[in-house]
Amino acid sequence: MRFQGLAASAAVTFTLLSTTSAFAVTEISWWHAMTGANNEVVETLSREFNESQSDYKVVPVFKGTYPDTLNAGIAAFRAKQPPHIIQVFDVGTGVMMGAEAAIKPVADILSMGGTAFDKSQYLPGIVAYYSKPDGTMLSFPYNSSSPILYYNKDLFQKAGLDPETPPKTWPEVFDAARKVKASGASNCGYTSTWLTWIGLENFAAWNNQQYGTKQNGLGGLDVELTINTPVFVKHFQNIADLAKENVFRYGGRTSEAKQLFLSGECAIMTESSGGLGDVVKSGMNYGLGQLPYYPDVEGAPQNTTPGGASLWVMAGHDEEEYEGVAAFFSFLSQTKIQQRLHEVSGYLPVTLAAYEATKKSGFYDKNPGREIPIRQMMGKEPTDNSRGVRLINLPAVRDIQNEEFEKMLAGEQTAQQALDNAVKRGNAAIEQAVNR
Amino acid sequence: MARPRVTFPNRILPYLLLAPQVAITLVFFYWPASQALYTSTLREDAFGLAQEFVGLDNFRRVLGDPNYINSLQVTGIFSVFTVAVALGLGLLFAVMAEKLVRGRGFVRTLMIWPYAVAPAIAGMLWLFMFNPAMGSFAYMARTAGYNWDPLLNGSQAMILVIAAAAWKQISYNFLFFVAGLQAIPKSLIEAAAIDGAGETKRFWTIIFPLLAPTTFFLLVVNTVYAFFDTFGIIHAVTGGGPGKATETLVYKVYNDGFVNLNFGQSAAQSVILMVIVIALTAIQFRYVERKVHYG
Repeated sequence: MRFQGLAASAAVTFTLLSTTSAFAVTEISWWHAMTGANNEVVETLSREFNESQSDYKVVPVFKGTYPDTLNAGIAAFRAKQPPHIIQVFDVGTGVMMGAEAAIKPVADILSMGGTAFDKSQYLPGIVAYYSKPDGTMLSFPYNSSSPILYYNKDLFQKAGLDPETPPKTWPEVFDAARKVKASGASNCGYTSTWLTWIGLENFAAWNNQQYGTKQNGLGGLDVELTINTPVFVKHFQNIADLAKENVFRYGGRTSEAKQLFLSGECAIMTESSGGLGDVVKSGMNYGLGQLPYYPDVEGAPQNTTPGGASLWVMAGHDEEEYEGVAAFFSFLSQTKIQQRLHEVSGYLPVTLAAYEATKKSGFYDKNPGREIPIRQMMGKEPTDNSRGVRLINLPAVRDIQNEEFEKMLAGEQTAQQALDNAVKRGNAAIEQAVNR
Repeated sequence: MARPRVTFPNRILPYLLLAPQVAITLVFFYWPASQALYTSTLREDAFGLAQEFVGLDNFRRVLGDPNYINSLQVTGIFSVFTVAVALGLGLLFAVMAEKLVRGRGFVRTLMIWPYAVAPAIAGMLWLFMFNPAMGSFAYMARTAGYNWDPLLNGSQAMILVIAAAAWKQISYNFLFFVAGLQAIPKSLIEAAAIDGAGETKRFWTIIFPLLAPTTFFLLVVNTVYAFFDTFGIIHAVTGGGPGKATETLVYKVYNDGFVNLNFGQSAAQSVILMVIVIALTAIQFRYVERKVHYG
């Protein structure tokens, strides 16, 4: 492919240029996809690490969006010039795990520093998602998030709803959304970012429903989707009905719907906890709540699953360089660093110690909503349905689901048809990817 | 009319002078193209850890995929309308600009500006105006009671990308039509006017036929543009959605390769596209180069 060839040669050029500049210190390249305030965090962390010792130098490189970064990493690996550390989004986890020869498990790296790697220090829900079925931790959780409910207190007030009580269940959300519209408080009651991640993957875990066979893909590659069972169909038919009444507004496949909430058009939104920064910055009068669930479903609410991204170490480097990576990861694991990351960015802390420290500091008393995503993820011991979803080609499967949802929301098909098609097409795509 | 032939006494010099161009073509066309051909015969995982030669299997799968046929249709509709709108408006504006007595140069400069805008930026501009979540024009349309929602309505999404793609290309067409119009001898038009032909008659019987070589050249260039250079616009505005309503062939190459990491089939599609562009270029050389007289 032409694009790929170019990307590979660009990667080669970059690596050549970057490795010739230093001799005394070992450079560790870190490819990431963080923009804005989160990019500053990356720069600060690297600078602090570099100043804290003199053997290694971490060089962060911004590589574009999450998919761009993953592709750049793949192209660089194929050109035999991989970066040391690459940030890969949750959806790409299956892709990375499917390529064992291309990566080095983080568990191996972390135990290189001489100290044995103790998994129990890390938040179990997050670590489980980034581990192999046998429990080996493969990547380092860097920024983890979980979907929660946001609502506009002013619009609730106008619509005659209690602004201090967020709707807890889906029926309550739909009622509140209809009231907002009927009362004329606003034209749009409810919207959601990431219909696939929130409405399917987390919906399945939170309501203890199976997303796919083989423990949602954590137990094996040849997964068959089961997202057309009655609970899923009921949920999406509810959303389709709301869309027909113009109570639900669709914003797009990723986080575009956030604009509809920030502009005050939609009163309720389900979005990643990582989106909190923008909501705070907008200065609006917002409230936070747990992700809604269906009260008539047994076992709900169960627990939510981590989104966001983790850091992968790529194969093909020297021992000495891996020691540098290990030093950097232990630096990142420090309680004070994790605590600061959590409080500044809205992403979850990775270690239990950081969570406890944040709790002790009184941060959650001042910002009660900030603990919601952690409690959602840690509330219950996860079941086979709620450890997360891992597919070798999750990006492609999400695309298929989005296409079917769009046809459904446009009124071209029912929820049952949309989900049946999503299962049929998704299974075909998975089968093809596994046998590739 | 025999002009003296330019001869080089040095046998190596001509090759040296050609070398840079040859090198660039080798590196930026033949090498990637051969890579695409090679990859299109392989089935492999994303990281290239396991490869298997599958011959023409990727092509068979691509051509047997209903989504590929859909994307062919989408590309057809998208190209026909983009080219028609861009050519039609380009010609209209060129003819109108020719009639101006004052400020002609100023108007021409303004007309050419959009051509300098990168496709992705052009896409963002239109997105900011017409995105239902944040677009100002979208907001106006909604308050006026029109259900504007290109995020879910495939036809509206198609109209949006066609408008953005055509808008960017009008400048280029305008430029060539202006040049074409200036090459038409004034005496012909004056003679027709004296014979009593009205303005419309003069346009359709004299100006339009004499512009035909330019129009034909632009037709080919615009088709190539609609096929290949509109990726940035579609990527920025619709991302191929809703459903697969705006997924053109080029967008599908990107999506299958870089989102779905299916390099073999993505490469097979880019080889098919390469054949299409070679065919278009051949047509251009065979029929157009002979007829167009660059003024």
